[in-house]
Amino acid sequence: MLEPSTKQDSEFGSPGSEPSGAEALTQEQALANLTHPDLSLRYYAAWWLGKFGTTEPQVVNALIAALDDEADRTELGGYPLRRNAARALGKLADAGAIPALIRCLDCSDFYVRKAAAQSLGMLGDPVCIPVLMKLLEGGVAGSQLVPGRPHLAQPSEAAMEALEALRAKEAIPLIQPFLEHPVERVQYAAARAMYVLTQDAVYGERLVQALAASDLKMRRTLLLDLGASGYLPASEAIAHAAVENSFKIIALKSLLENHLKQHSSGCLSPEAQQVMTLMDTLL
Amino acid sequence: MTNSAGALELIQSVEQADSPARLVAAVRALAEARLEAGIPSLIAVLGYNNPEAAVAAVEGLVQLGEVAVPLLIERLDDYNYGARAYSFRALAAIADPRALDVLLSAAETDFAPSVRRAAAKGLGNLRWCQLASQQRQPSQERALKTLQLLSHDPEWAIRYAAVVGLQALAASESVTQTDLVSPILARFKQIAQTDADLVVRARVWMAQQQLKASSY
Repeated sequence: MLEPSTKQDSEFGSPGSEPSGAEALTQEQALANLTHPDLSLRYYAAWWLGKFGTTEPQVVNALIAALDDEADRTELGGYPLRRNAARALGKLADAGAIPALIRCLDCSDFYVRKAAAQSLGMLGDPVCIPVLMKLLEGGVAGSQLVPGRPHLAQPSEAAMEALEALRAKEAIPLIQPFLEHPVERVQYAAARAMYVLTQDAVYGERLVQALAASDLKMRRTLLLDLGASGYLPASEAIAHAAVENSFKIIALKSLLENHLKQHSSGCLSPEAQQVMTLMDTLL
Repeated sequence: MTNSAGALELIQSVEQADSPARLVAAVRALAEARLEAGIPSLIAVLGYNNPEAAVAAVEGLVQLGEVAVPLLIERLDDYNYGARAYSFRALAAIADPRALDVLLSAAETDFAPSVRRAAAKGLGNLRWCQLASQQRQPSQERALKTLQLLSHDPEWAIRYAAVVGLQALAASESVTQTDLVSPILARFKQIAQTDADLVVRARVWMAQQQLKASSY
């Protein structure tokens, strides 16, 4: 859920996660910096190109090359530059990056695999469905927390989100077991994907019920999940959740957008009007 | 009927609450008592960074109504935008036109989107009939000008709030002059065709439908 969280930052008037001085770079400089001796400049350039770059072949190709970077390593063996390059390629929406991103799903660094899965979902090409499904094939047993690390063995959440974005109904039997995953957050990612893929209200209701029980941070995430799911009967629960108004407005907005895109007849359904009436009360 | 000793007790229990749950309970009790003497305490709660208590305090202030307006304006918190947003939600709901000037300046110049949204909604909704008749039209025109400006804001939520404000202004009973309603309808037409955000356009469709329905 990288996209909504940056939007929240701007809602609260905070500078968000963007490094300062972003405007100072040109695309030529950013491209040159991707191979700069100073590794932090490479890292920043990859982020910059994802945010401000164009989809010219030279940009896409330079980022694809950065997916094989060996110079920038963390103490634990991670690949920071590869992570940023994989994220940037998702934003640039060039299908030419797909084969390289698919190779990243085998990278030893969890965060590279996660970024690649997210970007493959964003690129929207169903050709990625089988490789994303592979990430879930170990089931819940193959996707436990790695001892001593803050993440699971595989980026299961990102994979489910990508399969949801790709409307991969064939992944339903693989996603369903994750409803029982020991990590709460993963259960909710599964419920959201299941709702989108099946349109069965049971899964939307599961997210609504979780709203009442969870802590504040989880409630905020659940609001964004409900918004992205397009489960319209959740609108009242979103409007009355114990969360800041800005989050509720964002969640209701995305709920309505998903609804309007599915029913693009130009006239407003009573349900859509109801969502806006709730948004009005939160201004 | 609460006696003054009971009133003091209610106020003190808000000020002395030593846990979030006790604070919320104390604010609810004070809000329900509708005490004029409790207004400063209710306003202070808006800055405690406890959303549940703040919502209860806003409700209490709104129920007290016009009598709370002078202090709400005087004690707007320049250093806490969270508190300020609650104050403007209260002022917007009470709809006393004495708040016009602070609503205008908050809507146009506050840095916090939550404050500007609340102010934009409030600007359209004021009880214009409480103004002297010669003040009414110039005040409405100032509100219109500010809301039109906000309807071009880069942030979608500000434009959304501007549409809500403009709809309320156009629907206001004391607005009969077509020179106020027609620029609103014209701006709506423009937004419906050109706004980059689907939800802002949808909010305009709803405003257009509702204004049309109420004009029959």
